[in-house]
Parts: sequence; C-alpha cells; structure tokens
Amino acid sequence: MSSVVLVLITGLGVGALYFLVASGLSLIYGLMNVLNFAHGAFIALGALIGWEVAEHTDAASWWSFLLSLVVGAVVGAAFAAFTELVLIRPLYQRHIEQVLVTVGLSFAAIALFDGIWGQDLHSVKGPAWLDEVTVVAGAHIANIFWVLIVAAVLVLGGLSLFLRKTRYGKIIRAGVENRAMVTALGIDVRRAFTLVFSIGGAAAGLGGVLAMHYMTGVTPEIGSSLLIFAFIVIIIGGTESLVGTAVASVIVAVLQQFANTYLWGTGDFIAIVLLPIVLLLRPSGLFGKRA
Amino acid sequence: MSAATPILEVEHLSASIAGQQVVEDVSFTVPRSGVTALLGRNGVGKTSTLRGILGLIQRRGIVKFAGERIDTMQTYRIVQKGIGYVPEEREVFSKLSVAENLELAERQKNPHREFVARLFPDLVQRRDQQAGTLSGGQQQMVSVARALLNDNQLLLVDEPTKGLAPKIVNEVADALAAASKTVPILLVEQNLEVVRRLADRVVVIVGGRVAHVGDAAATLDDADLVRRLLGVHVGDSAHGGIAPARNAGEGAEGGQHA
Ligand SMILES: Nc1ncnc2c1ncn2[C@@H]1O[C@H](COP(=O)(O)OP(=O)(O)O)[C@@H](O)[C@H]1O
Ligand SMILES: [Mg+2]
Repeated sequence: MSSVVLVLITGLGVGALYFLVASGLSLIYGLMNVLNFAHGAFIALGALIGWEVAEHTDAASWWSFLLSLVVGAVVGAAFAAFTELVLIRPLYQRHIEQVLVTVGLSFAAIALFDGIWGQDLHSVKGPAWLDEVTVVAGAHIANIFWVLIVAAVLVLGGLSLFLRKTRYGKIIRAGVENRAMVTALGIDVRRAFTLVFSIGGAAAGLGGVLAMHYMTGVTPEIGSSLLIFAFIVIIIGGTESLVGTAVASVIVAVLQQFANTYLWGTGDFIAIVLLPIVLLLRPSGLFGKRA
Repeated sequence: MSAATPILEVEHLSASIAGQQVVEDVSFTVPRSGVTALLGRNGVGKTSTLRGILGLIQRRGIVKFAGERIDTMQTYRIVQKGIGYVPEEREVFSKLSVAENLELAERQKNPHREFVARLFPDLVQRRDQQAGTLSGGQQQMVSVARALLNDNQLLLVDEPTKGLAPKIVNEVADALAAASKTVPILLVEQNLEVVRRLADRVVVIVGGRVAHVGDAAATLDDADLVRRLLGVHVGDSAHGGIAPARNAGEGAEGGQHA
C-alpha cells in the first residue's frame, strides 16, 4: 500500500515537471507547427541562472528559493522571446528550417553554457524543509514533490485562465485551430507567436529551477532528458488542450515511477518505448490533429 | 480620391497554392457601391481569387484597394484597411463560443453589435454555445456576422448560401442585402436566384480569365450566355427559376475562352 502511494505521489511530482516543460512545447507546436528543440536550452538557462541566484543569496531561505523561481522564469521567457524574434520569425512559414534552427540553437546554447559553467554538477541546497519528508498512508514523501505539484497546478490554472479570459488567450486558442482565419480577421498573429514562446520559456525556466532542486544540482545537460520526456508527453497528450498535456504528463511519469519500483528500474525504458507504441497506434501522424 | 475610383482594382492577378497555379490572369474592378457577383464554374478559381486578394495564398499582379497597392501587404494589414471576409467554408473557430468568435472579429471601438443582433437574433441566444456545435446555417451566420461588426469598405463573401436550407438561404441573403446598402460586396455565389436578387453586376471567370463583365439582370436573362459561361441550364428547376448545375462534370468544355 505505502509503496503504491509513494509511486503515485512521486509520479505526480515528476509529471508536474514534465508538464511545466511540455505545456510550452505543446502551445508552440499547436499554434506555430514548430517542434521546439531549443526548449531544453530554456530549461538549462533557467536552472543555471537559478543556481547563480542560490549561490549569491541565502539559498536555505524561502525568499531565495522564490527569487530563484521568479528569476528562472523571467530568464527563460526572455531567452525564448529572443529566440522567436531573432531566429524563428525570419523563417516565417518555413517549418522545417524553423525546427532545424531550434536544433542548432540547442547545441550552440548548451555548448556555451558548458563553456561558462562547466560540465560538473553544481550542487544546490535549498530550504531544509524540501529535503524532509511528509508521511502519507505510510509512504515517506520528500517535500520537494509537493512543491513540484503545487507549481504545476498553479501554472495549469494560470495558463487556463489566461487562455479563456484574455484577448491574447482567445487569439492563441483560435490560432491553434485556424491561424489563417485569425489573420483574415485583421489580427497580427505573429505577436501571439512571441507571446506563446515567452510563456513556454517561462514555464521551462521555472521547470528548470525546480528540476535543479529536485536533483539537488544542475549541469547544462539538465534540459535534455526532460525534453525527451516532454516530447513523449505531447505525442501522447496531443496539442489540443493543456489538460490533455497535464494528464499525459502524469501518465508518463507514474508509469515511469511504477516501472522503476516494480520492474527492476526500467522506468526510462518504459517511457521511451511508449513513443513508438503510441505512434503505431496513432498512424494519423505525430501530432495527429483532427483535419 | 474621386468617388468614381473603384474600391477594388485587380489587374493581372495570378495565384498559386503549393506551387500550383490556381488563378491564371484575372483582371476586374469592384465599384464603391452595390454587389458585384464573381461567377464561374466549380474549380475555376473564384475562391482562390478572393484568397489571393487577401494575401492568404501566394499571388502576383496588381491589387489596389481604395487606390492603394495591397498586393505585397500581409493579410492582417489588408483586412485592417477595411475588408470583411466571409470564407467559403465559414471557418468559425469551433472550440470558441459564439461570443468569442464575434469578439475576435471586432476591430473598432464601437462595433455594430446591435445591427448584427437584429439580423441574427439566434446568435444572441446562443452566445455561450461552442461554435463547433452550431448547425451549418448558424455557423454561416457567425461567419457573416464577423464581417458585419466593423465599418468595412468592402466585403468579400464566398458562397454564403452553400449547403443551407432554403429558409436560411433567405435569411443570409437578407443580411447581405441589408449590408449592401452601406458597403460594396464582392460576392461569389452559385445560387443564381440569390445572385439575381442581390447583384448589380457580374464578373464571370472562364478558363482562368475574366470572360464576361456585365449588368447582373441582363446577363442572367440571357439564357444562352449563362449556359455557355456557367454550364447552367435555365428554366428547368422545380420552381421554374434558374438552377445551377452543381455537377462540375456537366456541361461541355467547348469554346468558352473569351
Ligand atoms: N488547397 C489546394 N491545394 C491544391 N489545389 C487547390 C487547393 N484548393 C483549390 N485548389 C485548386 O485550385 C483551383 C481553383 O479552386 P477554387 O479557387 O477553390 O475554385 P472555385 O472557388 O472557383 O470553385 C481548382 O482547380 C482546385 O482544384
Ligand atoms: Mg470556391
């Protein structure tokens, strides 16, 4: 019993991290048809700058922790907006080139981060409470998992409200469905592109800082593995709704935790074989949207 | 700008989709008032002409709106100059509510919400309904309403009555008739009874070029001309009016090139 609870709650927590990364990927793909391989670099920069914040402040304090989250999100958003404006926008409508550019940026950025921060693990020690455990139905849950879950729920709620209630949110929802018709209403949809990149970058930067605390350290590679799982999440969840992305995040992570616990630590393997299985079962294509 | 300048001037417009040329060489003008019907058989390039004017597909040639070149502008800027577009497939945002669909279309401070509500009272009642769950006729009303909310200088309306029940056809035609009192319309329409009711003049495309321009009533009265240009038989429909031959295979392809 307690080990099942442990698997479920840690699965939820890891799923929360996947969601933070996948939500932006999904919005970007849905609106712009760009599979953004640079998302891993957004995560890494958010995490590394978050680490700098921790280094230069009292990392064990809550305000330092919160500050690192905010700074990570802002840095991720700025990096993403820059990417969209400088690299993606000039290649308007050329999706293959856009994807290639994000691949190139990802390699270049991570190489640059390696140069600045080195490849060694930079440890971090946040508020002591994060390392303590809360006992739920006999399962000992590290408190960082609660933080991950709360952060993802807040981001999901905030994004949903934004998409429902604001004009730009409506433009994004309409654009995901039919971008050409949005422009035919006299709306400059490219502003929504920059916005969606920024939002995705903010969530990725936030996810990066949280992932750093979860792993109690950071290297420039921190985004790469998260990105793979985020891709699996959006292949399974589709790009139609954020709730779909959230559900798929939890499914992938819970399966992964389950396999790690009960199937000889094969979690990553299981998550990754989900990919061809889902693709084979959904021959309509990678992100098979309704026509 | 003199009142005599046409609101829209199209000169040697060609357009392509994915490298495939779909409009060859089309030239015509739309005056500052009334309804101009753009006619032609299925697949002749009417929709593509409208989409080319709006920059929704690749185009070449000269397009002037109120005397100003718009043929290298981006779609949203062209529309902001004062064009309303009702696309052939309605293209309402199916996941958005009726109210959200209309809201997104509003480009000015005081959109004509009352005018639209009077034309389409149905939409007021269904304002919170997801547009994708509306009937075809209701979706067409949303699509027409989107174009009527702003002070446009021109409407491009593509087959607004296609696939609609007769009662709804009349309702949509009424709305367009009301709108045409204040804004010129370029109308693509297969239902020749609707054309006869709404249009002042017609422009007919045959084989990728404009083959005929003329007064609407005079053109439609010339059964022989109509049959030659549109492959449509006059006088054989149930109510004795003019029925379009919807079947593109019908009507020989011989000798329409002007
Ligand atoms: N998305 C598309 N891809 C390729 N060809 C198209 C596409 N849409 C239309 N066409 C072709 O362009 C031509 C003109 O089509 P269209 O402008 O829709 O004609 P109309 O509106 O007069 O029926 C047709 O031959 C049609 O097959
Ligand atoms: Mg058409």
